[in-house]
Amino acid sequence: MGQLSGPTDPTADAHWEHNHPRKGFFTDTSICIGCKACEVACKEWNHNPQDGNLELLGSSYDNTGSLGASTWRHVAFIEQGQERIAEARESGRALVSLGMPRIGPPAAPDLAEADTTPPDTADFRWLMSSDVCKHCTHAGCLDVCPTGALFRTEFGTVVVQDDVCNGCGTCVAGCPFGVIERRSNGTIKVATSREDQHDNHPAVPNVGIAQKCTLCYDRLVDDQTPACAKACPTTSIKFGDHDDMVETARERVANLHAQGMTEARLYGANENDGVGGIGSVFLLLDEPEVYGLPPDPRVPTADLPRMYQRAGLAVAGMAAAAALAFLGGRA
Amino acid sequence: MANADCIIIQGSNMAECHPVGYQWVAEAKARGAKVIHIDPRFTRTSAVSDKHIPIRAGSDVVLLGALINYVITNDLWFKEYVGAYTNAATLVHDDYRDAEDLGGLFSGFDPEKGAYDSSSWSYAEEEGGTIGEPSGPEHGADAGARAAGDLFGSGGPALEHAEVQRDDTLQDPRTVFQIVKRHYARYTPEMVENMCGIKAADFEYLARAITENSGRERTTCFAYAVGWTQHSLGAQFIRAAAILQLLLGNVGRPGSGIMALRGHASIQGSTDIPTLFNLLPGYLPMPSAGRHDTLQEYLDANASKQQKGFWADADAYTISLLKAWWGDAATAENNWAFDYLPRLTGAHGTYETVMSMLRDEVEGYFLLGQNPAVGSAHGRMQRLGMSHLKWLVVRDLNMIESATWWKDGPEIESGELRTEDIETEVFFLPAATHVEKAGSFTQTQRLLQWRHQAVAPPGECQSELQFFYELGQRIRAKLAGSDDDRDRPLLDLTWDYPTDEHGDPDPEAVLAEINGRHLDGPDAGKPLSTYTEMRADGSTSGGCWIYTGVYADGVNHAANRKPGREQGPAAPEWGWAWPANRRILYNRASADPSGKPWSERKKYIWWDEEQRRWVGDDVPDFPVDLAPGSKPDPALGGPAALSGDDPFIMQADGKGWLFAPKGLVDGPLPTHYEAQESPVANGLYPQQQSPARLVFPRKDNLSAPSAGTRGADVYPFVFTTYRLTEHHTAGGMSRWLPYLSELQPEMFCEVSPELAAERGLEPYGWATIISPRSAIEAKVLVTDRMRPLAVGGHTVHQIGLPYHWGVGNNAVVSGDAANDLLGVTLDPNVQIQESKVASCDIRPGRRPRGEELLALVAEYQARAGVTIETGNRAITDPEAEGIAPGPSGDASAGDGPQT
Repeated sequence: MGQLSGPTDPTADAHWEHNHPRKGFFTDTSICIGCKACEVACKEWNHNPQDGNLELLGSSYDNTGSLGASTWRHVAFIEQGQERIAEARESGRALVSLGMPRIGPPAAPDLAEADTTPPDTADFRWLMSSDVCKHCTHAGCLDVCPTGALFRTEFGTVVVQDDVCNGCGTCVAGCPFGVIERRSNGTIKVATSREDQHDNHPAVPNVGIAQKCTLCYDRLVDDQTPACAKACPTTSIKFGDHDDMVETARERVANLHAQGMTEARLYGANENDGVGGIGSVFLLLDEPEVYGLPPDPRVPTADLPRMYQRAGLAVAGMAAAAALAFLGGRA
Repeated sequence: MANADCIIIQGSNMAECHPVGYQWVAEAKARGAKVIHIDPRFTRTSAVSDKHIPIRAGSDVVLLGALINYVITNDLWFKEYVGAYTNAATLVHDDYRDAEDLGGLFSGFDPEKGAYDSSSWSYAEEEGGTIGEPSGPEHGADAGARAAGDLFGSGGPALEHAEVQRDDTLQDPRTVFQIVKRHYARYTPEMVENMCGIKAADFEYLARAITENSGRERTTCFAYAVGWTQHSLGAQFIRAAAILQLLLGNVGRPGSGIMALRGHASIQGSTDIPTLFNLLPGYLPMPSAGRHDTLQEYLDANASKQQKGFWADADAYTISLLKAWWGDAATAENNWAFDYLPRLTGAHGTYETVMSMLRDEVEGYFLLGQNPAVGSAHGRMQRLGMSHLKWLVVRDLNMIESATWWKDGPEIESGELRTEDIETEVFFLPAATHVEKAGSFTQTQRLLQWRHQAVAPPGECQSELQFFYELGQRIRAKLAGSDDDRDRPLLDLTWDYPTDEHGDPDPEAVLAEINGRHLDGPDAGKPLSTYTEMRADGSTSGGCWIYTGVYADGVNHAANRKPGREQGPAAPEWGWAWPANRRILYNRASADPSGKPWSERKKYIWWDEEQRRWVGDDVPDFPVDLAPGSKPDPALGGPAALSGDDPFIMQADGKGWLFAPKGLVDGPLPTHYEAQESPVANGLYPQQQSPARLVFPRKDNLSAPSAGTRGADVYPFVFTTYRLTEHHTAGGMSRWLPYLSELQPEMFCEVSPELAAERGLEPYGWATIISPRSAIEAKVLVTDRMRPLAVGGHTVHQIGLPYHWGVGNNAVVSGDAANDLLGVTLDPNVQIQESKVASCDIRPGRRPRGEELLALVAEYQARAGVTIETGNRAITDPEAEGIAPGPSGDASAGDGPQT
């Protein structure tokens, strides 16, 4: 087993003997138009079943709700009034002033000089954001998988092998983002060709098996862009080498800050966070919780060394105590 | 659009309904452009704009008129551009009277016909006469019946000649400039606040954004869609934007213009090569009985040889079209088979056709990729109309509601129809999808892009091309040997396309026919390179003159796919744009009168003195060697008559029209009128609605009372209909697909928290919406994205209704259809229905079922006291508008169209 926490190259850590750059997304929510083309393209490419119950969810234009076994892209819609916008702007500004943790340059811009005139419609906004599996540097799902069904690919991504997974569900508890899930049989298979369209009740694939975004592993091996990024009309979802994505994301945040949008902030670009940084970085316009993202994700296995260390100490201590007692008794 | 410095999206929800095209707005924004969205609702477009300005639906002319006024009053118009390139200096005839003088009417209103005689709007002629139409005047009522406004898709209206009178100082009160200035003088920011519900500060923001981003160095672009067109004065909304853009010099330049966003993949294509009753390909008119009885009459009426520009050659385009259709059977002796064309005898638009069905005048109906039971205004009228047919053919991907209304439609549920009584025989024929057939799409930018076939259609599914080819073959086989003259048009058609192994004709062969070829001489058989090669002597053929060149040199240029990054800024090798692969129309206007670019930043086409020709990034939209200072002999006509500063080469005088002396049937200048149904009184004129709108006073088409008349408070709210990204129009391509259906599963209405509180509507509970036509139910989305507007001293609530759902049992998701609430009132220029604004009431809970639904609608009608006369008077206040009072102008009983 490789490193369990902190900055690392997950591909090298997984002992891939090549120099494939790590691949990932940069989802820039500031230019998302909420069209959900990513959701549809994902389901189409991956032949995922329908999992909506065909009723309004009661959450603005979001009728998907969350990521799950059959939904690997999810667009959130958040309607906000003036007060919340001001808070987001302030919390973003505070982040910059505190100095967000960064990997080298560019350094945090000095906002004293920036034009901080707020953008023009400041009394209301509608945030849209396409969420996806984070492909963590230290992936909780992968680290806890007892069967080896989850593996680190040569692109640094994390993928489930359907034919190896036994559906134990350990990974579900292991994911700090609530992304991976076992597919229930409450879903409906969607015809993948026009001939199949009117067939009744075709079998749903992979029921009971843990499922999540593969970052279109089957497309990456053919040097193709993942379906969601390919379908995105405004390039809100960008795909490329992880380092380039982080760099682009930092530039974009700096650009927005210069325009007075201090609410803009990165999510998942800090390799010192609880999952060692993520493969799918985001630009958010409010705090992560607003989008349903954990503010301080932490992979459960990050604490393993310390836990083992403590356990080891405890064992040693108990052994020592026992020995002492035995020896003392003899005395 | 990516080159614009400011983009105004009004009458369109571009990011939601045109997400792919929106990438260019996103790009412009990334380059620093300001994006402003003006819309009744805060939509996904507003969410990614710099600013959203809420507006009362249907009040757009007030806002645009006020912007025109702002530009003139503050002296912000682009003087060199306006003086040289528009008709600002042209004199209008003395007889013209403005709406300012006649209480909202222009001179020439005919109360008997409810339409205008437009002759007093003409340009003045030297000897005191007027410059009329080449074949004499056509009454507005007749022009409206053939929706003559549709003809201007590729060029302007015809004039007898182009020898206009000018006053280049623009001081003469008869100049277009002075007329425009006076007409909009009362369109002020205060009027905008009172009529549109837009605050003065927001108006100032908008006006500054537009004017600061216009001129030599910068350009502003407008984008609109059916939020502007689908009104009883929709064509005038767009004209108002055109006046503003011409005054600011924002036409024919990079990042300028007015983008008409088309709603489906090839809707532009289906007007270019039309599926409309009144047009032939390339915007040539369908001949009308009485007006176009002979070929000569037809050609004379279309364009005068004495007018300027390329429309003067419409005879060559017409005869080449006849040669393409009838080949060797079209000869000089039989006037190129002109008499094979059918003649219009009146209005035969889609709504008139449905009313004809109700009168049992229509036997059969083909529905191809259309779901009128859900998608057309007044769904009940559509479905009842179909129940009078003998046969109905529905060709679609899925078993849409227009194919199943006879067993599970709303009228079956309400008891108005019983399946066993319906005699209509319905044939459902499965259609191939766009990936199962090859062909071209023509999109918003007039760009033809070729689509290759990915897979063969399954089972019995066929392409439209194959279906019509086979249908034609079968009909011709049945008629073979007939010596009846009326069968000649079918038997003489060129109907000989190569087919593949499945019998599907080769679409490239059709494209080649559309492109046209030389028929005589050394080049016989070769494809034409450009429409200027077309001749009126039968030596060329071509199925649509504006598309000539798409198959030049025998190459399918629509299939060109060189990536943009590998070529210049206009990307001429991606697809092919009509006409002549030109990416920006009227691009001569991107240079100043002397031929130099207006600025380095907005350089596009310019005159190269050394080469003595126009050069630049695009195909020049001008005779390529016509020098900037040229002044041709005034006696000439056609392209030879163009001066070096006449960039608008399809206009009869070479100029952009601020004032339209011809072509519009409801007024030469955009003027604010309220919608057919409105809770607000017209604050500008005594005239409430557009006097020339087409109304249909029928018992099944009642209108809600307007402000100030009895019963207006029974239907107190405004509703507007629209689309969502997740669905496709009437749902035929989305409600049958689980992946799309689960994203927007249920019909809903959008209301403000204030309206929800006022009517006791529960978030995500049910509401019933009632209009004088019908009542529907919807789930309630209470959202701050809908804002009540303070208009004229009271609050106007607007309700949003997506129109994707329909009642039936076959789709993955179904629901009540918003279009059932709409009535039929049409714009007289183009016969489009007013579906973006109407009146309703809303209350909590589900709608009643069965006969009780009809009782609810009737109870409202009775309470409001609506009759077939309600809202259907042409003239609101005859005395104030200088019309002798009398019964004329009132609606009379009967179900014929009345204007």
